[in-house]
Amino acid sequence: MSGAGRSYEKLVFELSAPGRIAFSLPEPDVPAADVSSLIPARYLRQAPPELPEVSEVDVVRHYSRLSQLNYGVDTHFYPLGSCTMKYNPKLNEDMARVPGFARVHPLAPAEVSQGALRLMYELSAYLAEIAGMDAVSLQPAAGAQGELAGVLMIRAYHLANGEKRTKVLIPDSAHGTNPASTAIAGFRVVQIKSERTGEVDLLDLDRNLDTDTAAFMITLPNTLGLFETRITEIVELCHAKGVQIYMDGANLNAILGITRPGDLGFDVCHFNLHKTFTTPHGGGGPGAGPVGVKSHLEPFLPVPVVTRTGKPARDERRRRDEAQESDESRAGQPRDESEHSATYSLDWKRPKSIGKLQAFWGNFGMLVRAYTYIRTMGPAGLRSVSDNAVLNANYIMKRLEAHYDLGAPGPCMHECVLSARRQKQRGVTAMDVAKRLLDLGFYAPSTYFPLIVDEALMIEPTETESKETLDAFCEAMIQIAREADASPEVPRSAPVLTPVRRLDQTLAARQPNLRWKPPASGLHP
Amino acid sequence: MRYISNTPAQQREMLAVIGAGSIEELLARVPAKARLSRPLELPAPLAEHDLIQHLRRLGAQNADADSHVCFLGAGAYDHLIPSPINHLISRGEFFTAYTPYQPEASQGTLRTIYEYQTMIAELVGMDVANASIYDGGSALAEAALMAHAVTGREEIVVSAGVNPLYQRVMRTYAEGPALRLTRVALAGGVTPLDAATPAVSGDTAALVIQSPNFYGCLEDVAETAAVAHAAGALLIVVTDPVNLGVLLPPGASGADIVVGEGQGLGVPMSFGGPNLGVFATRYDLVRRMPGRLAGATVDLEGRRGFVLTLQTREQHIRREKATSNICTNVALCALMATIYMATLGKQGLVRVGQLSAAKAHYAAGVLGEIPGVRLRFEAPFFKEFTLELPKAPERIVRRLLKDRILAGVPLGQFDRALRNCLLVAVTEKRSRAEIDTLAQALRRALA
Repeated sequence: MSGAGRSYEKLVFELSAPGRIAFSLPEPDVPAADVSSLIPARYLRQAPPELPEVSEVDVVRHYSRLSQLNYGVDTHFYPLGSCTMKYNPKLNEDMARVPGFARVHPLAPAEVSQGALRLMYELSAYLAEIAGMDAVSLQPAAGAQGELAGVLMIRAYHLANGEKRTKVLIPDSAHGTNPASTAIAGFRVVQIKSERTGEVDLLDLDRNLDTDTAAFMITLPNTLGLFETRITEIVELCHAKGVQIYMDGANLNAILGITRPGDLGFDVCHFNLHKTFTTPHGGGGPGAGPVGVKSHLEPFLPVPVVTRTGKPARDERRRRDEAQESDESRAGQPRDESEHSATYSLDWKRPKSIGKLQAFWGNFGMLVRAYTYIRTMGPAGLRSVSDNAVLNANYIMKRLEAHYDLGAPGPCMHECVLSARRQKQRGVTAMDVAKRLLDLGFYAPSTYFPLIVDEALMIEPTETESKETLDAFCEAMIQIAREADASPEVPRSAPVLTPVRRLDQTLAARQPNLRWKPPASGLHP
Repeated sequence: MRYISNTPAQQREMLAVIGAGSIEELLARVPAKARLSRPLELPAPLAEHDLIQHLRRLGAQNADADSHVCFLGAGAYDHLIPSPINHLISRGEFFTAYTPYQPEASQGTLRTIYEYQTMIAELVGMDVANASIYDGGSALAEAALMAHAVTGREEIVVSAGVNPLYQRVMRTYAEGPALRLTRVALAGGVTPLDAATPAVSGDTAALVIQSPNFYGCLEDVAETAAVAHAAGALLIVVTDPVNLGVLLPPGASGADIVVGEGQGLGVPMSFGGPNLGVFATRYDLVRRMPGRLAGATVDLEGRRGFVLTLQTREQHIRREKATSNICTNVALCALMATIYMATLGKQGLVRVGQLSAAKAHYAAGVLGEIPGVRLRFEAPFFKEFTLELPKAPERIVRRLLKDRILAGVPLGQFDRALRNCLLVAVTEKRSRAEIDTLAQALRRALA
């Protein structure tokens, strides 16, 4: 953040001057351009909307300066636990902007959408292989919508078997979306206790597993960054009672090529392409939350499903080898053409489907980015991603264990959870540590999550960060731990270098000011 | 390896600090029998140039709005996207940032959300808009759930003029709370009040209409609002905000919740996603609203600043009692729309609406003169209309592909009764010459 950027306080409305314009539109080339001669007055707006009147340079400078008030992965280390804030490759962005992807209408006939459909078909197959699932729907717009789709499929499956199961079990360490999605799907949520390590309390699970239980939903590795050592036992316990088991794939970055949810016995899992597969977080979205299932749930997938026809059946290995060869060859060569002989289409005739989740087929722009990433990395590259994510997290954990309490003993997987409970005795909370990091040039870890750890600081470095960056971050964390002992007012009064200092959340909630009004009408509605 | 920063030497140093002999040792908690014993069966990595070639080849197989003249609509439109939008949203400080949970390091994002909320609320004529929902379909589904929560009632009455794809999304979301969906058939392309009135009762949480509706016709929102309110139900209006520089905002006609697809506000069509779910309501319902909200407040030193607020509605606080399960939304698309609305501004959005309407009416005129072709409905329309053709629309559409024209969306896939109809959309980008070419090509195809 530059000094100039930091002092910038305007809203776009405050730049407005009557008569100023930033757009370029043609003069009408058709007769009867006056809308009031075409459409009855009762359907028309009486006065133009009160939008700003600014020039193009106003727009560009305003939003450029606003951007400078943000921390992003491109500018700062972003160790936000559970969010997998890895580097977002620029190549992904270029590919998503290829006109044949970015400027394609979703209802263009299938015969002129073959490239887009093929990309979706292949990405589904890649994700199915990565997770060991039988089928993948790319339609869910984000992880939470993937969860909703997964739980609705489980519901439909039980109903198709003549069973009306009413509850879903979720560990107390889970992300908030798990219980929220489950409740929307019409289930009662039963919270399962975790042990101190964040692992599932098997006694509590067993106590609650019965024929009224539709599913057990679990994050793996769990939200303390630990792999459930008894996962196969958990799956067996669930399946013995006819309970479907759902994996929240938020932490998939830890296990690529190491283990697969499908092989572990999971019936459903979702993917966050904006975490593991490098699509950007965009300040809160868009993401993409594909959902993978085992074959017994396939009939219930959202519609439409992308299908391929006109290609002889081959076993998976041959298909893979051929795909590799075709892409290693250049355009126009015979091998490449034979790969293109298949026809892709959208299959709507799926009577058991749970229906649609969004109007069209999925967040396609994000799918292009994830596809680009997977094709960049290849199998060994993806495995190396998880190896390095795990290495980086363990390195941070080791370097900080003398200075902060650990949420649970290591080794961890891709993230580690520290506790600021020692610092809190000096009056420095997890939030203070987070705010102080902002002054020291780092974004903050996730704070106060998981809920089962006091003063939690959840740190996920990701594989894209170097040892040098991790060392700098650890030095900052150690400095803050020292400050908590020697000068606790420093972290308590942080941040001081950010564009604004701590903000009054209570005022914001008590007197909601959710839109700008011209000064005359007062600040709060 | 690309995108991985540590060198093998650094990996060894780090393992030494950790006290582990290998990365494999760190994975000891993963049960041996759960381990994948082979490499993932995925294509081998491609170098940058080869991958670009591969993806360009895939892209070249798709008819895009540069290679073809696009008259497709039905919820996604080829509107102008001013150049600065892509440059500004490509700034890493915007697109690589997370949800602004640490407001001191996220004022840029928070301020753009606040601007977005302000401009959307102004356009749709409501008190308050949220920071976005995934798309128009899921925004409608969320509105139905909200109406159910507000009224405690179980039925949603839906006009058949609401985008059928949105209706299917709403049906999916209605499954859990077991909401009953009742349809009101159209008459003459619009929702007939004499059918809507008896359909709405004391059990109805909301009446849903879309204007302009899926078939292009303008609905009488005020009269429908009166029908809903007389039964104590909410009125949900689905709209396309890019039209509202010219069209009367639903909020001015009594809508309680306005939702819609904001893709037209500067978001690429991108084969149908990501899109921009618009969601706005009245102040008194704000605590039942789904999704994130940015609000203005002050910092320790009394300076204006912005935060995410009223978060006790949301899943990360309220868990199973949250108003919605939404977490990730479509913030970057909302930023595109923010920059779009600022760029077009008070005058530009009016011009976009005027041009779209004028060109659409010109197109309806010249196409309607072709023998055997007529406008299916007489009701007023805006930028999209339903044409009745003397031959199967699917065949005509395929035929016009040869002229590099995406002629429209055949309606038989949505409503069997309209299987001889084609939905044609005309935005401000279509020139008179392109429209005339469409007319000539259609005339030839039907001859």
